[in-house]
Amino acid sequence: MTDQPRGLEITDLHVSVQTEQGPKAILKGVDLVLEPGRIHAIMGPNGSGKSTLAYSLAGHPKYTITSGSVRLDGLELTGLSVEQRARAGLFLAMQYPVEVPGVSVSNFLRTARTALTGQAPPLRGWVKQVDQALGRMQLDSEFSGRSVNEGFSGGEKKRHEIVQLDLLNPKYAILDETDSGLDIDALRVVSDGVNRYAAQGDRGVLLITHYTRILRHIKPDFVHVFVDGRIAQEGGPDLAEALEESGYERYLQTVTS
Amino acid sequence: MAEGNSPLAAGPLETRTVSHLHPAGSFDLADHPEPTGREEIWRFTPLDQLQPIWADPAAAAVAVTRTSDQGCWAEPLSPGQGSRGSVLVPVDRAAALASARAERADHLRLAAGRRYDQPIRLDLRVDSETGLAAHHLVIEAEAGSSATVLLRHGGQGRYLGNVEIVVGPSAQLTVVSIQDWRPGSSHLGQHEAKVHPKASYRHIAVSLGGDLIRLQNNVSYAGASGAAELLGVYFCDAGQHIEHRLFVDHNHPKGKSLADYRGALQGRRAHAVWVGDVLIRSRAQGIETYESNKNLVLSDGCRADSVPNLEIETGDIVGAGHSASTGRFDDEQLFYLRSRGLDPDEARRLVVRGFFAQLVARIGVPDVEQVLMDKIDRELATGPAL
Repeated sequence: MTDQPRGLEITDLHVSVQTEQGPKAILKGVDLVLEPGRIHAIMGPNGSGKSTLAYSLAGHPKYTITSGSVRLDGLELTGLSVEQRARAGLFLAMQYPVEVPGVSVSNFLRTARTALTGQAPPLRGWVKQVDQALGRMQLDSEFSGRSVNEGFSGGEKKRHEIVQLDLLNPKYAILDETDSGLDIDALRVVSDGVNRYAAQGDRGVLLITHYTRILRHIKPDFVHVFVDGRIAQEGGPDLAEALEESGYERYLQTVTS
Repeated sequence: MAEGNSPLAAGPLETRTVSHLHPAGSFDLADHPEPTGREEIWRFTPLDQLQPIWADPAAAAVAVTRTSDQGCWAEPLSPGQGSRGSVLVPVDRAAALASARAERADHLRLAAGRRYDQPIRLDLRVDSETGLAAHHLVIEAEAGSSATVLLRHGGQGRYLGNVEIVVGPSAQLTVVSIQDWRPGSSHLGQHEAKVHPKASYRHIAVSLGGDLIRLQNNVSYAGASGAAELLGVYFCDAGQHIEHRLFVDHNHPKGKSLADYRGALQGRRAHAVWVGDVLIRSRAQGIETYESNKNLVLSDGCRADSVPNLEIETGDIVGAGHSASTGRFDDEQLFYLRSRGLDPDEARRLVVRGFFAQLVARIGVPDVEQVLMDKIDRELATGPAL
């Protein structure tokens, strides 16, 4: 099977949401190929549709894919359920992870791992694996006894997302503003986690961010500037540096003029 | 306080309540007229379903099975005999009718100082389409005894059940009451405990099956420093009415009470009611109380009424508080779990199990915890797909 296509291929993706005034187009033709072993950064101003891209790739029911295609290693995702996409190897680190009271982190992680692989991990080795993954995120082992995201600080929530990235080890990871709300130290810990994941060499990372500061820790291979539901410009890491200087202003002026 | 020859018999005057939270009790059925729906205590209950009970039908048998008795059953009690009637005075028509119709009360006596390692099980079953079953149980936990009593109600029919409980000085008693009836059944009754000094009483209500369940669960104290913990778990499906009414009467100093009821609702016209009344009398200085009710709504068309009432007649307390919340199993929670590979049923099961697990883990009796989680799993398995 050497000719099996590899990568997350997004082709002419159009997505709308239902509003009181009827359907509203948010994504207006997105093209992007994320190859294994690559890190792509998607940057853009608020409201440009970055998070919509993340959610619609993962299959959030609020968003309707009206046309286009998303293929994961050749498998068409657009007709699949949320959990089928996850089982195919897609992971979304959420910007706002949800509380699940009474469900411990360890139970949650084990349940997710079991659901994704189709078999429960052997208990003994798993507990150790969880402890180590928590340690790498500078969370102590008691963290695994806490209820998922309940009473977590903003930083703890994001670290917990990266713990999942570590343990579930998907083929492709979308990180939706994982850097927002992190202080300097937490940003470094989280970035190290993403870098370790990417260093495996055959995983793809789609890093969605508003700010350039995380790109000092995580070096993208490509940068896409997202404006008004489509990619307005793309380039290498130097594009991020240019954005640091000029901001998004000039793209926005192009849209409104 | 003065105590008579029997240390477990409380003075009858103490059970009288002057608070507006609660009507004075009476054994006389005439003092409890048929509810019209205008009464505060009946405002949530579907009264049409009670008509067959008020219509004075013939008696139906209650099949009582004692699966482990450990030598703790005493002679049955007639009304007014021994401890019967010393603690429980009916506060509504259903309890008064149960009291009048149950001529001989099963009588569980837990010997002073004895520790009962195994839960004492009592299965109460009814199988009658038309009759009315009535039962009265007296549990006397003598000084220093320690036991768990597990009541399992089930079958098909209309059931009125009173449980009258004396928790003697320094005794530790846990009473678990499971209501798991077949559709078409109803269960009403009053559980009432008197907690003696330094005693620890726990009551755990588990209401799962049956068209109408309405339990009045009361606690008062026979002296200082008694502790009561009232836990409840319910799973309310389409068309079910499950109502738990608590009344904790802090009538002595330094007592503690904690109430924590949690329920899940799913299906059309699933209706859960929780009323938590706590009275702190002026003499009840240094007490501590907290009550909480949480509902988890799993589908549209459900209704949860949650009414905490605190009446405080003294400022000299350690703490008093309450909380009530009704939350939904929402789309974001579902999406989060599905994005981690769980299918919607697994996700729902995880969320509901988590919701109950925190409470079930507090029961501290592995047998009972297992029975409960099994029953919750069974409820989840029969629930509507999302």
